Amino acid sequence: MASIGAEVAHVPPAEVAEVELYHPRSWITKYVFSQDAKVIAIQYSFTAIAIGIVALVLSWMMRLQLGFPNTFDFIEAADYYQFITMHGMIMVIYLLTALFLGGFGNYLIPLMVGARDMVFPYVNMLSYWVYLLAVIVLVASFFVPGGPTGAGWTLYPPQAILSGTPGSGGGILLMCVSLALFIVGFTMGGLNYVVTVLQARTRGMTLMRMPLTVWGIFVATILALLAFPALFVGAVMMTLDNVLGTSFFMPTIIEQGEKLGYEGGSPLLFQHLFWFFGHPEVYIVALPGFGIVSDLIATHARRNIFGYRMMVWAIVIIGGLSFVVWAHHMYVSGMNPWFGFFFATTTLIIAVPTAIKVYNWTLTLWKGSIHFTLPMLFAIAFIVTFVNGGITGLFLGNAVIDVPLSDTMFVVAHFHMVMGVAPILVIFGAIYHWYPLITGRMLNEWMGQFHFWVTFIGAYTIFLPLHYLGFLGVPRRYFEMGETSFIPESAATLNAFVSVVALIVGFAQLVFFFNMAWSVFKGKRAGRNPWGATTLEWQTPDLPPTHGNWGETTPVVYRWAYGYSIPGAERDFVPQNEPPDRVAALGN
Amino acid sequence: MKKPWETEGGTVVDLHEGAAFHLPAATLGLRVFLAVVTVVFSLLIVVYADRMGYRDWRPVSEPWLLWLNTVSLIFASFAFEWARISACRGQIDGVKLGLLAAGGLTFAFLAGQIVVSQQLVALGYFAATNPAVAFFYLFAAIHGLHLVGGLVAWGRTTAKVRRGIGPIQVRLSVELCAVYWHFLLLVWLILFCLLLLT
Repeated sequence: MASIGAEVAHVPPAEVAEVELYHPRSWITKYVFSQDAKVIAIQYSFTAIAIGIVALVLSWMMRLQLGFPNTFDFIEAADYYQFITMHGMIMVIYLLTALFLGGFGNYLIPLMVGARDMVFPYVNMLSYWVYLLAVIVLVASFFVPGGPTGAGWTLYPPQAILSGTPGSGGGILLMCVSLALFIVGFTMGGLNYVVTVLQARTRGMTLMRMPLTVWGIFVATILALLAFPALFVGAVMMTLDNVLGTSFFMPTIIEQGEKLGYEGGSPLLFQHLFWFFGHPEVYIVALPGFGIVSDLIATHARRNIFGYRMMVWAIVIIGGLSFVVWAHHMYVSGMNPWFGFFFATTTLIIAVPTAIKVYNWTLTLWKGSIHFTLPMLFAIAFIVTFVNGGITGLFLGNAVIDVPLSDTMFVVAHFHMVMGVAPILVIFGAIYHWYPLITGRMLNEWMGQFHFWVTFIGAYTIFLPLHYLGFLGVPRRYFEMGETSFIPESAATLNAFVSVVALIVGFAQLVFFFNMAWSVFKGKRAGRNPWGATTLEWQTPDLPPTHGNWGETTPVVYRWAYGYSIPGAERDFVPQNEPPDRVAALGN
Repeated sequence: MKKPWETEGGTVVDLHEGAAFHLPAATLGLRVFLAVVTVVFSLLIVVYADRMGYRDWRPVSEPWLLWLNTVSLIFASFAFEWARISACRGQIDGVKLGLLAAGGLTFAFLAGQIVVSQQLVALGYFAATNPAVAFFYLFAAIHGLHLVGGLVAWGRTTAKVRRGIGPIQVRLSVELCAVYWHFLLLVWLILFCLLLLT
């Protein structure tokens, strides 16, 4: 083999031109209409968290009603349906999707692949402002006559646009407009993430050397680009049904003795369109989480991820399979039962690559030097939660078992575990991990420990009992149970208990937000690369990274992102851009 | 076989320069965007085909103006191709004329689509009249909106040319606009055939 030093010394310049950076000249172009992906990421994150807090408050209102019915006069049935709809839509789309892709994607992708910025910075900037407009339009629906839509986050017609549903006037219209705007904005952002990963990696950063965080966000973005059009088409057609009286989804309907003008439409068509988007959507939320967890575990256990290539393929295969499982949300819709057979089969198949990932995370931890830092705690909590939630998904994925469990609290418990608790745990872990990079300071450890334990134990205390309520037959989306003979009194007591716990867990989140604000000024200074991570975002000349990320020259990458505990190396981690001649004698 | 993520040996993996494709980023971006637009129109076609099977389907005869609009769009595509070839040859006059013609013909197409819609409304064919009419309005609106988006790019490219930027420098912009217009022409031809045949 040729001399290592000679090869490294004569690396020719990259053939791909670097991203042309826009250099802001005023405060407005630096902090408001910024084209720097890091600033855009912070903008997305703040906006997503702000609207997420609105959804969190809505969940408290829902729990107050469920736990203590006939107690709060200000919560009526119509209000309750509006709460569940807005809570669900905001959490899934405006918080989780926006935060994972727009927030973490914008900050981490350029840094982790060694680029100076995204490839289309102006379009990236526009994508945030379109997202903000979408959020504003959504919030506006709270203030129109009739209030926001109460059709459920799934917005099923015909009820969504009929007068018996809250918000059937302006509410559903603004929801559809907001979704359309969101999709336009995310297409603009998504083009950036995909093309940056494909074309703007630094020298030496092959696709199979990228951290799994980037793989997760990359594949999730491809899913988003291909799945959101279905929601777009559904939202546009529903708007036409609502505003112009077309009958895309609206069958012949007699409402309060009066025949409406609709005829011949198919509500099932909307369900197919919605869930063709809706199932990939849950993987758009899950895949970045998978990727981030892999990196958190590797870093905080000082071990390379077990089976890196398998993990990449698992992400890709999960992404592909996510497009052929959608009708497992429609087993009881009245569709052809043979469809149910097909989709149950594909649903069970998708569990295989997901399980492989869980095994690989476990094997990464096995005999690792596990540091029980807050990011590690949240990462382990994610794995446990996703396994639990995923197993209940296997129940629901089987058509026969799904029939009695459909539309019960069992479904609510399942999707909160996999979509609510698990990804939120990853977000928290990721924030604890990368906060030092963004701010130069550490989050407070004691507040963090309080936040973790109350959230983790509290979330299980909330959602595990809901599985039991589902088995009893307690339905979802019910304002109150009233006199129901098959549901015992103890269910009401359990609901009250869950509500109290939910409020306590909610309080713990306030501690977290306080920690984030307080630590910017008073947090312990992080120093350079406090976690000893190998990935490129920690190797910038300035920490926190400044405009352009890399100073005079972009880094050169010599190895994958998991150079931890290499026998013979001087330190227990070898950064991706560390030239080989500076690493002590290696085992290879 | 050495796994690509393992280094040590120290080679900067075949001196890999970081890009997956030997393409400008803008070209790849457009191709990804066209994939997204393909999904949108494919879904619309699937939904149309599904709805056509219902008993209440009543086909509507197409106004003759739609044929003229289609010809406008075909010529707009030709004009963009002319502009693209001129840019490759360094002929700025050809670029200017091509862009002007393409823009004008596209505006004519969009105006014609609005006139067709007004004609249908005047004949009593409202969106709620029957599903075939509703689909015509839906197709025309979504296709038209994509063209409007393309006109933003056309406007920026035309502004560059008017500012005196040379043909080689605008070649990529013109080429991308041309590809986009050809794509939207293909989409319109497919939709038009669907409308004609059903």
